This record gives sequence, structure tokens and C-alpha cells, in this order.
Amino acid sequence: MSSSTKDIVVVVESADGVPTGLSLELLALARQLAGRTGGAVCAVTLESSDAARAEMLATQGADRIFCAVHTHEQAYEAERWLPLLSEVIGRLPGAHVLLGHTALGAELGPRLALRLDGTVATACERVEIDDAANLVIQRQCFGGKAREVITLCKSPSVATVRARMYEPLAPAPRQAQVVTVALTSESQIRTRVIDRAVEAQTKGPRLETAKIVVGGGRGVGGPEGFRVLERLAEAVGAAVGASRVACDLGWCPPSRQIGLSGRTISPDLYIAVGISGASQHMAGCGKARAILAINSDPEAAIFKDATFGIVGDYQQIVPALIEQLTRASG
Amino acid sequence: MNIFVCIKEIQNPELSSEVFRVDEERKQVVPVPGMSLVSNPFDEQAMEAALRLRDAGIEVNITAVTLGPKSAQAALKRALSMGADSGILVSEDGLDTLDAVGVATALCRAMERSGPVDLVLAGRQGADWDAGIVGCAIAEILRIPMISFAKSLRIDSSNVIVERVLDQGFETVQAPLPCVVTIANELGEPRKASLRETMRAAKKPTVVYDGATLGVTSDFVRQSAARRARQRLFIPAKEGTCEMFTNGSAQDIAGRVAARLREAKCL
Repeated sequence: MSSSTKDIVVVVESADGVPTGLSLELLALARQLAGRTGGAVCAVTLESSDAARAEMLATQGADRIFCAVHTHEQAYEAERWLPLLSEVIGRLPGAHVLLGHTALGAELGPRLALRLDGTVATACERVEIDDAANLVIQRQCFGGKAREVITLCKSPSVATVRARMYEPLAPAPRQAQVVTVALTSESQIRTRVIDRAVEAQTKGPRLETAKIVVGGGRGVGGPEGFRVLERLAEAVGAAVGASRVACDLGWCPPSRQIGLSGRTISPDLYIAVGISGASQHMAGCGKARAILAINSDPEAAIFKDATFGIVGDYQQIVPALIEQLTRASG
Repeated sequence: MNIFVCIKEIQNPELSSEVFRVDEERKQVVPVPGMSLVSNPFDEQAMEAALRLRDAGIEVNITAVTLGPKSAQAALKRALSMGADSGILVSEDGLDTLDAVGVATALCRAMERSGPVDLVLAGRQGADWDAGIVGCAIAEILRIPMISFAKSLRIDSSNVIVERVLDQGFETVQAPLPCVVTIANELGEPRKASLRETMRAAKKPTVVYDGATLGVTSDFVRQSAARRARQRLFIPAKEGTCEMFTNGSAQDIAGRVAARLREAKCL
């Protein structure tokens, strides 16, 4: 098989049976890459092959859809995927593999590359194909202080990609071949999920995929300050996050931490309130298209990274902002 | 029960971006003069996770394992001062070109030489390259189960039970030992070195393996390095300057900011 016809495999994660937004972004990226290699876009899903779902994946960019239904309900997610992906990629010599950089993908990508004797790069922000049809990726490192560009030289090359780096395609009719894969290795499940608690958070969007995020830091002053930020978030449909300090102080649950050791966001707008702008925090929000910083300290480092800045008391600014933002948009 | 905790010594990740430099030619970070290295904070949390199992009454033998230059002994010493029982250093010139898979392979060989492996703990990623591959690779190389992003863990006879961080929420997962568990930030602060353990640290056994002992030959290193090629390492340029809104009442400022955000299509 010629190296110039490498297929692009996309791991399609679903939530409640529906492909996630990030999966659709990966399909769009895969189409770009397949345009360079001349290969096919192969979506892999752990859902049944019902016609509506297959059509949805086809209109979003898939040429072939590999599906398998896993009946072992307690199986740890990475262990459900590994045999299916090994099987599919085994049929597609030279393929490149794209996954979302999620709690699943961050583990599954490296394990898959190891199992298939390939190579892997994680948390990629840009993925391209070079003249030798190798994957070339760009990613953040050193807590967002630097970027590296790496060529993956061994097949299969696996890249986990951050959310909101690419736009999903506008749906367009496309013929796709559906392949049902029989899973024979369900008995090999070693790791079992015995309980799951989806966070009881307010209805708002998820941090990683939100278009607007409101974040609070030490300058918010206490847990009651976060109630003010929550009202702003609710007014503009934003997710609420926090700096490490605010989480360490118990003002906000650790799962809402934005930064190197927490979550990575890439919204259109990040409203950072009372956040000093330590590099460990900026590593998690550097991909925001615009940052509005509100801080009482005019020397705060965050103003170096922000697009818009307000020096002042957030207790006065934020309520005024809520009023202004809801008035004209409502 | 034998617990191995993987530790990497790195430049302090809290270092301000003002002094952080890279050598674009060599595609490496330039060490900051006078700034001593630290143990990867995520790995210190892995060390903490191991010590909490001991606190919970599990009989554990904790071995800290690292790969690096001879000076990486310092990382072992810090782990021993926290309460590890022994240390392993894999050290040989030229190992800094290994990729994550090469590093994981060398660590696995070192661990296997030091006795049966029951549990391997590692931080979710190194706070230098931020890749998070080594822990996953160890599980695949040893062909044992793995659980990532642990917030807490306990041992129940021959199983490890882990509370794990999801993108939105948590799940409790159980795997038979031996197993690899990578530790999430949510585990909480690692303890400081205790005086008692620090006094004992000098007497605790550490072993140094060179490449030849572990079969890490120059061929192995070359193959490992060839799996990927770093084309560039650079510090991104800061884009533009911050547009400040200063004069006027909170209402005035909020009004102008709202108009500007709409104009910039940020809403």
C-alpha cells in the first residue's frame, strides 16, 4: 500500500448516544488530513450502527464507519476501546489516528500507540500532514510557556487533540460504508467501573467546550464572591472556573480548576476576575480567543495576556456588566 | 506489597515566564543559572498516594524510581525523606534523547529487576513536556491494567479501587493487582519531608542501573529517538496589547466593555 493513501481514523466519543462536539471537530480535521493523504476518513464508534447515527457521522465527514456494541456494561472505557481500535487499525495499514484529549483520550491514545507499536503525541493544538504523509503536530509544553512542533515518524501515529481547535464541518450529504465489527475479547475485561457520579453542577455548559467562561481567583475574596460570578455566568451562558488558589482555599471545587494542573479551556471569551495571571493558570486558558481581565491591581500579570482590561472592584463592575450584557442582548 | 513510584526531576514549573528561555537551535530548554531542579509536582502527589496507603494500614514497600543524570539522586533523596523505603536511579549518558516509550521501557526493566511489581504510581504528566505518556506506556509494556487520573485509592485484598476524575464528575473503578495508577491533581497536597524520614534517608538503600544492565543499548536509544522528531521548540509571541477601560463609573465602563465585546464578536 502506498504511503500516500494513509487513512485517518477518528475515535468518536459519544455522550448519551450522540457524538460529542469534539468528535465532530476531529472528523473535520480528519477530512483536511485525508485530503492530503488521499485516504479515507474512518470513524470508529462504540455505538450500534443505526441508520440515523451513521448518516450523522457521514454528513460530518466520515467515509467509513466502524461500529461495535460492547455489552459489558461495567467495563472501564479504555478497555472497551482498545480491542476495537486494535482490530480496526489492524485492517488499515499506515493509518493515522485522532482522539479527543479527554479523560478517555489522554489514556487511550498512548496505550493504543504502545499496543500497536506506533507513536503518539498528546494535547495537540494543530495537526498537519507533511510531504512524507507523516503527522506533524504542534502542542503546548512547559505549562504553556513554550510550544513544540513534532513529526511522528512511526505508524500508526496517534494524536490526541484538544477541544475547540477545529470547527466541525457544515453537514453535507456523503455516502458512507458501515462496517460492524464483532468483538471477541469482552471476557478480557480486567478493569471495572463500580460507581459513577456525574457532577451535580448547575445546568451551564462544560468548561472545556464553553464559548464563554467566567473564572475567579484569590481577588474574588471568598466563596460568596463566586455566587456573583455564577450570576454573571448564568446571564451570558458561561461556565464557571477558578484559579488554583481559589480551589485550594475551598471556594470552588477542584474539578473547576483552570490551569496546568486542572482543566484547559479555549472559549471565545474568558472573563478572569481577581486572577493574578500566574503562568500555571494561563497554561489552561491561553487558547481563549479573547480575555477580559477584571482586577483591582493595575500591575497584575494578567493584563499582559488579556485582550481587554478593567482595573477596579469586581463587586461593582460585575453587577454593572451583568446589566449591560443582558440588556442589549436580551 | 511492592509499590513503585515514578519520579522525574525537572526545572521548577512555577518559574516565571520572564526567566524561562529555550534554545531554538538545540530545541531544548535553557537551564536557569542558580535555580535548583525539583521533583515533578504530580509525581510528588503519586508519592503522597503511596504514603496514604501505608497510613491506611496496608503493608507496603515503597520504591522511588527515576531516570536521569547522576544528579537525579536528589529526586530519590526527596522521596526517601517523604517516606519511600528505597530508590532506583537509571542513569547513563545520552538517555535524555529517549522518547517517552523508551523511558517507560527502561523504567519497567529497572522495576522488574527489583522484585515483583504490585502497583506502579506516577503523576498524570511531567510538568515539563506535559505529555502524560510514560504512565500509560508502563501499563502496556508490563501488560497490566491501568487507571488514570486518580483522586483517591485504596486496596481491597488483591484489587485496587480508585476514585477517578472524569471530564464532568467522578467514577469509582476497580482493577486487579498488579496495576498502574496515574495520579490527578485532585488527590491533594503532598506531605513535606519529615525530620524522622530525612534522618533515615541516608541509610535507605538506593541502586543505580546503567544502560547496559537494563539492555538500554545505543541501538535502543537511537530507535527510541527516531520514533519522533522535534522540529521546533519556541516561546510564542504575545499578541497585541491589552485594551484598558479605566475612566468613569462602573456602569460607564461596563457599557463600553459590553459594546466592545459585541463589536469583537466575543459574545
